[in-house]
Amino acid sequence: MKDDQAGGIKFALPKGRFLSPTASLISEIGLGFEGYGDETKQYRLHSARFANLAAKILQEKDIPIEVAVGNYDLGVCGSDWIEEYLVKYPAGPLIKIASLNYGEGDIHVVASAQGRITSLNALSARKDDCRVVSEYPNLSEAFALSLRMRRFRIFPVWGAAEVYPPENADLAVLWGRSRAHLAAQGLIPLGELFPVSAYLVANRESLESKDLSQILTCFDSKLSTGPQTSMEHELVICKDFKIACPSWPTKEINLALPDGHQQAPAAQFLKQTGLTLQGYSDGEVHRRPCADLDWLGIKVIRPQDMPLQVANGNFDLAITGEDWLREHLCRFPSSPVKKLFGLGFGTVKIVAAVSREMPVNNIDELRSLVQSGGFTPLKVASEYTNIADRYIRENRINPYKLIPTWGASEAFLPEDADMLIDNTQTGKTLEQHKLKVLDVLFQSSACVIANKDSLASSRKRDRIKFLTKKLRAGLKQIENQNARGKNTGQK
Amino acid sequence: MLAGDMLRFRRIEDTFRTCCRNWGYQEVRTPTLEYLYLFTATGTLTPGMLSKVYSFLDWDGWSGERVVLRPDGTIPVARLYIDNLSSQESTRLFYVTNIFAFEGTGKKNRERWQCGAEFFGGAKFAPDVEIILLAEDVIRKLGIKNGKLQLSHAGLVKALLKEFKLSPAEEARMTDRILEGDWEALTRAKTTNPEQERLTTALLGLKGKSSSFLRNVRASFPKASPDFKSSLEDFLSITTLLDKLGCSYEIDIAAMHGFEYYTGICFQFAAGGEKIGGGGRYDKLVPLMNGGDVPACGFALYLDSMMRLLTPEKKKGKSGMLVKGKEFTPEIVEKCFAVAESLRDAGYPAEIDFTGRGESDYRWVLSVSGKETAPFVLKDCVRRRQRRITSVAKILEVASEG
Repeated sequence: MKDDQAGGIKFALPKGRFLSPTASLISEIGLGFEGYGDETKQYRLHSARFANLAAKILQEKDIPIEVAVGNYDLGVCGSDWIEEYLVKYPAGPLIKIASLNYGEGDIHVVASAQGRITSLNALSARKDDCRVVSEYPNLSEAFALSLRMRRFRIFPVWGAAEVYPPENADLAVLWGRSRAHLAAQGLIPLGELFPVSAYLVANRESLESKDLSQILTCFDSKLSTGPQTSMEHELVICKDFKIACPSWPTKEINLALPDGHQQAPAAQFLKQTGLTLQGYSDGEVHRRPCADLDWLGIKVIRPQDMPLQVANGNFDLAITGEDWLREHLCRFPSSPVKKLFGLGFGTVKIVAAVSREMPVNNIDELRSLVQSGGFTPLKVASEYTNIADRYIRENRINPYKLIPTWGASEAFLPEDADMLIDNTQTGKTLEQHKLKVLDVLFQSSACVIANKDSLASSRKRDRIKFLTKKLRAGLKQIENQNARGKNTGQK
Repeated sequence: MLAGDMLRFRRIEDTFRTCCRNWGYQEVRTPTLEYLYLFTATGTLTPGMLSKVYSFLDWDGWSGERVVLRPDGTIPVARLYIDNLSSQESTRLFYVTNIFAFEGTGKKNRERWQCGAEFFGGAKFAPDVEIILLAEDVIRKLGIKNGKLQLSHAGLVKALLKEFKLSPAEEARMTDRILEGDWEALTRAKTTNPEQERLTTALLGLKGKSSSFLRNVRASFPKASPDFKSSLEDFLSITTLLDKLGCSYEIDIAAMHGFEYYTGICFQFAAGGEKIGGGGRYDKLVPLMNGGDVPACGFALYLDSMMRLLTPEKKKGKSGMLVKGKEFTPEIVEKCFAVAESLRDAGYPAEIDFTGRGESDYRWVLSVSGKETAPFVLKDCVRRRQRRITSVAKILEVASEG
């Protein structure tokens, strides 16, 4: 970043849940970042008040890492993502300055009201394996170790952790607004790790060597003087929390459907197959929709999590993207997950792109540039870390460093990364960020995936066949309609 | 490790192996990659140690099962014993192994080596004394001077802690702190019982030099808890036997750290300001790993620390010969290879010199010329003399005469 070269100060501002209160705070203390608000479309901001101060708007999850690696001197993000980093790297260069007095909810440890776990004491004594699902794998591991669980497995997920217990996990470690909010989802809050509030964070070296005083003074009156929250804090144990919960009987076949961008086209497709679903349509997020087939259990989870969840047998079938299937297979080549057929919607290209300013036009030229010492090392931002890792290795690009992101990798170029490997639908976003495509790795669409063991199971085979036949028939019908539409158009 | 390091490493390893075999122990080896769950159960590794393990998902890790680079030597050997040898009444095993732990300061290695011995089964206190004496035997044979043996007792510490009447969570936290070496935490803990405070102060403030110290403790604190008294008796049996066998030591209750699995005697060896080994009794580890009610004890010597303390062996000149060609022609090089092979076949290490260097670590240097009449000149670098020789048989004869 040019600001850095001139001794400038770089600030990482959050998107998402803390955008609005952080924007109010930034405006109130007069940092001069005009344009930072709910309507913002840009990533880069310059302070109208401090000439040496610039900011970038990032996914909140990325901020602790970006500040720790020194790409930003200061940042604002939630204590949950800070602790997720610090519990793994306690001596790392991320420093919590103070709480900013806004935030909501706590990080809870929950079990399903339908499961057998009703207290944390039961967990320590438990001899069986305990499956913990969470967006916070490091916090979950620290929690399991502190509780001295004898045997546990952590399943990191991109989201929707609340829907996994009791069938697919024994515990979830997740953010919750309140105990009542969790209880309403059929979850028993067993304990609270810490409250979630926004924090001002800094890079250790920047604090030690750069003059950040003018900026820190602006925050002065807004910093909390109360005790700081962390994983070191006493676990708040919830006792005797009894809740009423609907019953979810075990089903013979389990299907995972996607939320997010893929939900609307998937719902549309399923409608055409004649499968009657309640609670799964465009704009409706019900995590356990019902089907007109009494043997079919359905959960709505993140498409990114599906291949792993199908591989470990939690689901027999899922609708996900080919990109996430490939990402999973790059990590676990012998995984028992199989693509059954493509669905034709949600098509994106997975591309390698760089800044337009970079003097290369293809991957071979990039390799030569890296070999000639043009980068030390080449920094590659990607949410597909395993695909990106394999692609770079197969193209003999060395040295390189992978920067895992939680989407919107284009925000990282050119200051914080040299190349991205990400998906693009129309190429417009790349265009807007002055990026050029060096290579198209592959094209990805939605597809149906299945667990190979389920396919081979005599107990499940016929049901799966019935369901996939229905899906294929629907697909055929859509293809025929499309073909007819095309012909009509041609006439 | 460089060549000099490896010589010291092998010296320790060889001495350790010889000693262990002499005491009736059998060598075993465990996998470098183990399952994480082996190390997570209560009574195995402390949370501090667990936070430094290298754990990751295997290539088939979609089930969420994590594997680790072996962070400890004892637990895998206990598993090996449970899986394969538990039908034997008592089993003595030893191993030389590497263990892995994250090291953030950059001053220590993340891969460390241990020589360890474990005694599974057997009556109380005699195996404890045996493993202490075996470790001492290795240290003595390696010529490490001013080695210090410190003794503590986990049962005694646990009984002491129990008297503070902490909540289970507080007690677990206090145990973790003590195992990480923070004994101050115990003195900071408040107790309403003045007798308890007197006992804690005495145990932490005094260092015993013989079993008499423990007898004095027993006499001074007649109201101590039954658990404390029982552990004290065990400690006394061990120290009394060590006294009789002429083994000197120091009783330091704080000489216990790192491992949660110890239940009885704990000891550590130090020399030159470094900890060079430690061990103790761990009667609950095998049952905890579903291996039956088998008591056990063991120790590990830290190779990396010991290597720094070894005095260099006197330089005698390498055994074997350096074979040098007078010129670097194909004919002479061929002769060099031929004569070197004959020497090796006769049991002499023979290195061929391709560089024409003047200096050599070898006692014998054999120059090979292309001449038919006097093809070899053998130089004795110790006696500083040389002679012309015509055959390989003659070379061997001269060299064997010394």
